[in-house]
Amino acid sequence: MPTIEELQQISTQVRRDIIRMVNGAASGHPGGSLGVADFLTVLYFEIMRPDAAAFDMDGKQEDLFFLSNGHLAPAWYSVMARYGFFPVHELGTLRKLGSRLQGHPSPMDKLPGIRIASGSLGQGLSVSIGAAIAKKMNGDPHLIYTLCGDGELQEGQNWEALMFAPARKVDNLVAVVDYNGKQIDGPVDKVMPLGNLRAKFEAFGWEVTDMDGNNTREVLSVLNTVKTRTGKGKPNMIIMHTHMGCGVDFMMDNHEWHGVPPNNEQAAKALSQLQETLGDY
Amino acid sequence: MKEYTNSGSKDTRSGFGEAMHELGKTNPAVVVLCADLTPSMKLEAFAKDFPERFIQTGIAEANMICIAAGLTIGGKIPFTGTFANFSTGRVYDQIRQSVAYSDKNVKICASHAGITLGEDGATHQNMEDLGMMKMLPNMTVINPCDFNQTKAATLAIAQHKGPVYLRFGRPKVPNFTAPGQKFEIGKALVLNEGKDVSIFATGHLVWKALEACRLLEEQGISSEVIDIHTIKPLDEEAVLASVHKTGCVVTAEEHEMNGGLGDSIAQLLARKCPVPVEMVAVNDSFGESGTPEELLRKFGLDTPDVLKAVKAVLVRKRS
Repeated sequence: MPTIEELQQISTQVRRDIIRMVNGAASGHPGGSLGVADFLTVLYFEIMRPDAAAFDMDGKQEDLFFLSNGHLAPAWYSVMARYGFFPVHELGTLRKLGSRLQGHPSPMDKLPGIRIASGSLGQGLSVSIGAAIAKKMNGDPHLIYTLCGDGELQEGQNWEALMFAPARKVDNLVAVVDYNGKQIDGPVDKVMPLGNLRAKFEAFGWEVTDMDGNNTREVLSVLNTVKTRTGKGKPNMIIMHTHMGCGVDFMMDNHEWHGVPPNNEQAAKALSQLQETLGDY
Repeated sequence: MKEYTNSGSKDTRSGFGEAMHELGKTNPAVVVLCADLTPSMKLEAFAKDFPERFIQTGIAEANMICIAAGLTIGGKIPFTGTFANFSTGRVYDQIRQSVAYSDKNVKICASHAGITLGEDGATHQNMEDLGMMKMLPNMTVINPCDFNQTKAATLAIAQHKGPVYLRFGRPKVPNFTAPGQKFEIGKALVLNEGKDVSIFATGHLVWKALEACRLLEEQGISSEVIDIHTIKPLDEEAVLASVHKTGCVVTAEEHEMNGGLGDSIAQLLARKCPVPVEMVAVNDSFGESGTPEELLRKFGLDTPDVLKAVKAVLVRKRS
């Protein structure tokens, strides 16, 4: 099992990967990707620990993860490659013609680790509910994890899913909202305020936990705690507080880095703030 | 012509409901999702006998489609049930991304399709669904013609791996194909062999095409009637074989001309065998309230309309 320091080294390398990938592709979404690097690292390397070599579509007898806000693909691809789902050097193909690393995740090109497409927002929570119900029907005790964006909650379908999961006691589901407060057009509170999210989720019948998503130690401890709250009749929701652009000072908390790649100069500046820990691809 | 007898009119949706109950008994992977239309979809028997595999989603079709996509991850074969209108346009993006692009084994089962939904009117009379669904890569699109064929098609799609759109309807219509038939996805059925004109029909209009065939025979015109129950993949070989023989085509469907069966056939013929084509379909118009038979007449989808189209295409063929 990796130590906290080792997990932090992985997420630092993941951040380097993200910067290099979107710079190399000259397009992509660095801001949100940097924000969820710590969470995805802990989830894969410590909480789920999937058998990458044995990847198959059905994913029976293991925990599964679904990324609803597919534009965070750079972070997910990097974590999966670093974990061992596919060769690290493939990260350099992001968004390029013929690559398995599509701009938004897709199972079409059979990239190990991906089970469904995402990108058009608002669908992942429902998909995760379906996968969670399948696990229950199969008598499989493993969990479903899913991540969606805070701005993404403006999509109405999420609220259909939020109503459904508690009503049908989908208690093997852990949903995480990346609450960085930023979306393309500006602060979420200006574009379309979400109001009191905790109160809303609780009113719908979810077990709600807050978490600092950029603190590896806290992510690890909260995810382990939430695990103990599964199987008790309620679905679990984590409001994960993160910083868009976390790890790069000039990107941090700035919504303008949602979907803009750094140019070469900016990338060099960003990389100077992120130590190469595992070796660049 | 070959004789077809109506063994007693029945609604195609009941064929679907019967097949689902059978699948409940025979295939433990089959799961049904329904968005608050259980009686209309004829899913009561499944819901009663297999409650652990029946998921009521409430009036939330987007959620339903994506839950179905998720269920396939874990090996389930989900069938979603709601009206054609709420099975397509309302959830197009969900189907596009989570089902078609992701190539998930979801069966989207749509009742109350077309103008024969009747009295509820244009809000519910979806006549664009075949077009929307056939445009999606990976999607198989099926539109059976009667109770027996709908039942057989429902059983067949459970065996087929991949996304399917299955379309059927509300009214009682003649039941004339064989009970217990084997349904082959993508295989057109020649119901009557003829030499003067090919009539390609789908869904409720297949019976109208057979009625027209009978009347044409009395007038000395030999028509070949082909049931195209699978809109996609289209049985190109069967279409071309018939057209090479007859040299002209009438298509008949309860759908918009844009995007329907006629559109698929014309596209094929333009590339492979250009011949005169007339289309019996709705011409860029929404429906309205009325009885199914009144509406078929008013919107030009009745037996006399097929006859008229055959006459017109024969004139074009001769010139």
